[in-house]
Amino acid sequence: MRVFSLLILLSLMVGSSVSAQKYFTRNGKISFYSDAPIEKIEAHNIQSTSVLDAATGRMEFAVLIKAFQFEKALMQEHFNENYMESSQFPKATFKGEIKDPAQVDFEKDGEYQVIVTGDMTIHGVTKPIEAPGLIKVEGEKITATSEFELIVADYEIKIPAVVRDNIAKTVKVSVELNYQPLKKGS
Amino acid sequence: MKYLPFLLLLILQTRFSAAQDEDLLSLLEEEETTELVTASFKTTRVVNLHSLENVAGGVLDVKISHRFGMLNRGPYELFGLDIATIRIGADYGISDRLMIGLGRSSFEKTYDGFLKYKFLRQSTGKETMPISAAFFASTAITTLKWQEPDRENFFTSRLFYSFQLIMGRKFNETFSLQLSPTLVHRNLIATSAEKNDVMALGVGGRIKLSKRVTLNAEYIYVAPDQLAPEFRNSFSIGFDIETGGHVFQLHFSNSTSMIEKGFVAETVGNWGDGGIHFGFNISRVFTVVKSKIE
Repeated sequence: MRVFSLLILLSLMVGSSVSAQKYFTRNGKISFYSDAPIEKIEAHNIQSTSVLDAATGRMEFAVLIKAFQFEKALMQEHFNENYMESSQFPKATFKGEIKDPAQVDFEKDGEYQVIVTGDMTIHGVTKPIEAPGLIKVEGEKITATSEFELIVADYEIKIPAVVRDNIAKTVKVSVELNYQPLKKGS
Repeated sequence: MKYLPFLLLLILQTRFSAAQDEDLLSLLEEEETTELVTASFKTTRVVNLHSLENVAGGVLDVKISHRFGMLNRGPYELFGLDIATIRIGADYGISDRLMIGLGRSSFEKTYDGFLKYKFLRQSTGKETMPISAAFFASTAITTLKWQEPDRENFFTSRLFYSFQLIMGRKFNETFSLQLSPTLVHRNLIATSAEKNDVMALGVGGRIKLSKRVTLNAEYIYVAPDQLAPEFRNSFSIGFDIETGGHVFQLHFSNSTSMIEKGFVAETVGNWGDGGIHFGFNISRVFTVVKSKIE
């Protein structure tokens, strides 16, 4: 009886350590593009962190708002001060999962079209979103890319009438995450 | 003993469900980064005083500053509105820390040039710096016609130098405060009772009233027995209103001049009897060199 229980324990432990491969990145690239009649604005963040759990298909990412880089210093200042209020809401986060994770074989090289659903939190406001994505497996390297649109007003970010023609109501977001296996201590 | 496997299963079960709910990102150790504190003031001036802020590298800031006449001129001059003193200037950021500027004031037909270097930048996170500090130096040249052209006049008599240390802190989103110990050197002074070197201490602060509007005030204390008795300490108070690329500063000040040697050492207006100018600074920034982004 004792041996049996130990076996169960052992098998469960082994099982979990094999299937629970997790991947992470600290330099994920997240960009957004605002295309308004007067002005085109783009900003890039190359310090996003993300963890992907291959076993469950769950993924999370966090973006430091102040790490978005703009071409114009004043835009960056206004983005933080007036729109994102980044001192109050320093991070944007996403918590979600790959719909039907079984279709992605993380052990086998290839490209997999997926749909990711989850909760996006920006400017302190959480909204459910769903976006198409592409997962590319190359050995231990996993690249996840996605493009989707966000409605600025959904996140209670107010655009004053004066700059109505400078800032788009809907911004395009592109995400590029280069994952590597998460080992203890990384 | 019989129950052991069940017990183990139970333990594992809870372990697994815990793993399900765990915060994936918490698996990564938080990497601490240094964050510079930005926007302690809306622009590079409090009112007349240089603020803690520099223009960013590659950015040109064109400033039109204007002071009407004193309010106590009465209705004949529409409370000073008939009179105007103006400074037209341009500041440029060579880097995020170093800026230079040139200006021309109608008051005493003065040209001025300055350099401002931010050697400490307030930051939080990995490297914490509680204050920002900058060094400021300027030269001013008055170009009025000589009062007594018959006597021997020297070009050096037209020169004024100002040096300033600007130290301050953005305490929170709302409140920023700075101290500006100042030295103004005048090559020529009117009477021997005055000092060539004038020591002063400026204090400036702002309170953010809304995202785009702040209330600013500054006071410059000049140590006694350096100036002729008709000169007073400068006090200014006003609002900064930011609209995208512009900052409008609307204020009241008892100083006529908008440069250091003037508002520190040549202020004559008296707040007590309406010796106050209404005025404004308009700042418009142009990005000359765009920052490189990946």
